[in-house]
Amino acid sequence: MSFVGHQPPPIFKRGLAPLARLFMFVALCLVLLVADLRFRYLEVVRNGLSVITYPLQMAASTPADVVRNAARYFGTLIDVQLENAELRRHQLDVGERLLRFDHLERENAELRGLLEMSQRIAVRSVAADILYNAPDPFARKVILDRGAQQGVEPGLAVVDAQGVIGQVTRVHPIQSEVTLLTDRRQSIPVSVVRNGVRGVLYGTGRGSLEMRHVLADVDIQPGDQLVTSGLDGVYVPGLPVAKVLSVNREADAFARIDCEPLAAIERSVQVLVVGRAAYPPPPPASEPEGRR
Amino acid sequence: MQPTNRSSRILLPVKLWFVYLSLFAALGLEYIPTGRTPGLPDWVALVLAFWCVREPLRIGMGVGFVFGLLVDVGLGAAMGQHALAYVVLAYLANTLARRVLWFPSWQQALHVLPLLLLAQLLMMAVRLLAGGEFPGWSYFLSSFSSALLWAPLSFLLLLPQYQPVERDDNRPI
Repeated sequence: MSFVGHQPPPIFKRGLAPLARLFMFVALCLVLLVADLRFRYLEVVRNGLSVITYPLQMAASTPADVVRNAARYFGTLIDVQLENAELRRHQLDVGERLLRFDHLERENAELRGLLEMSQRIAVRSVAADILYNAPDPFARKVILDRGAQQGVEPGLAVVDAQGVIGQVTRVHPIQSEVTLLTDRRQSIPVSVVRNGVRGVLYGTGRGSLEMRHVLADVDIQPGDQLVTSGLDGVYVPGLPVAKVLSVNREADAFARIDCEPLAAIERSVQVLVVGRAAYPPPPPASEPEGRR
Repeated sequence: MQPTNRSSRILLPVKLWFVYLSLFAALGLEYIPTGRTPGLPDWVALVLAFWCVREPLRIGMGVGFVFGLLVDVGLGAAMGQHALAYVVLAYLANTLARRVLWFPSWQQALHVLPLLLLAQLLMMAVRLLAGGEFPGWSYFLSSFSSALLWAPLSFLLLLPQYQPVERDDNRPI
């Protein structure tokens, strides 16, 4: 073993030169990075290592929990009363709509039965609190206080009261990590409510969303509502996602469509993790293995 | 080894378990969920750089690699991102080891600051190449606050080695 700038006489046993070891480690790190970022092969290693880090993480999150609970404890009575009144008003509003919704759902099921269509997919959901922003500054992610033990799975949609905020990307035993829609590497398949035009919505990394792969002559106007299309087999169809802000058709063969998320993506606190109760049947076998 | 190579004070040899304990404590500090507050020090990088300067024969790239992976897992960063930065940091800190200890501690901090900045720059380069978003210049504040902590931290981490060989109850430290 030798250290940098220190040349022992050759009668002693020498390890690899420091520079050689540096290149070895750097090469190893690059392999890891490519395997993780490009191919996502390393989730097993991650889970293995998290056996060591998990107790430390739990211990480290205690101070943050204390601060959060203290803030809740010392909140004033007036705030709580105001919030309570607001919630009651909201409850009345929602309750009335729910009454109608029950009725409509029954009617819908009957009509679908008459037409011999397959039933609408069943939905299951888990309520969760957002604990904090994930510390990785290069991505937009948040941590939820529900995990695998409460039935959260990777790929489920996360919604707040107004619409979709993101997708569960990694699940720990009692926490899970959600990538927000505004992240640059996140995308979500949507359709326009008004006419059913389909497209894919991408995050821009600046807080807004962009709908890509839509031809310039397609009928989309500013103000259109976008909902999840459910064609991916992952998201539940019909969840509100965004509103079209502007459409620029001059740029290219494809229109440039800027959208604004409906949900308070970077601000919401209480969310719902929504998923299909059963996955749809796999696509026909004509496609080659391993591709979607 | 002495606090700086100029001073005449002679320290006890370091205990290896204390080195690893301090690294794990730094890991715990790193895991405290602070969201995206800019300018918080990178504790593991700082403690790692400290021991790489102090004990270049024992602490080096291997330790940097392992703790880098642990930080990656805990923070949900890309696997190998911190490992790469810490390996390079450990290599450079080992290189500096024989020179830095001749300086008083604030000048030591000035020596370490470019290394910390380089580690951050490496992480940013890796993530931007992979399609991440630019976190803003305040991201680099973290290195400066780490460098500010160099002097108090080196006092703290050397405390166990200040003890005399023979126990004397009248001696204050």
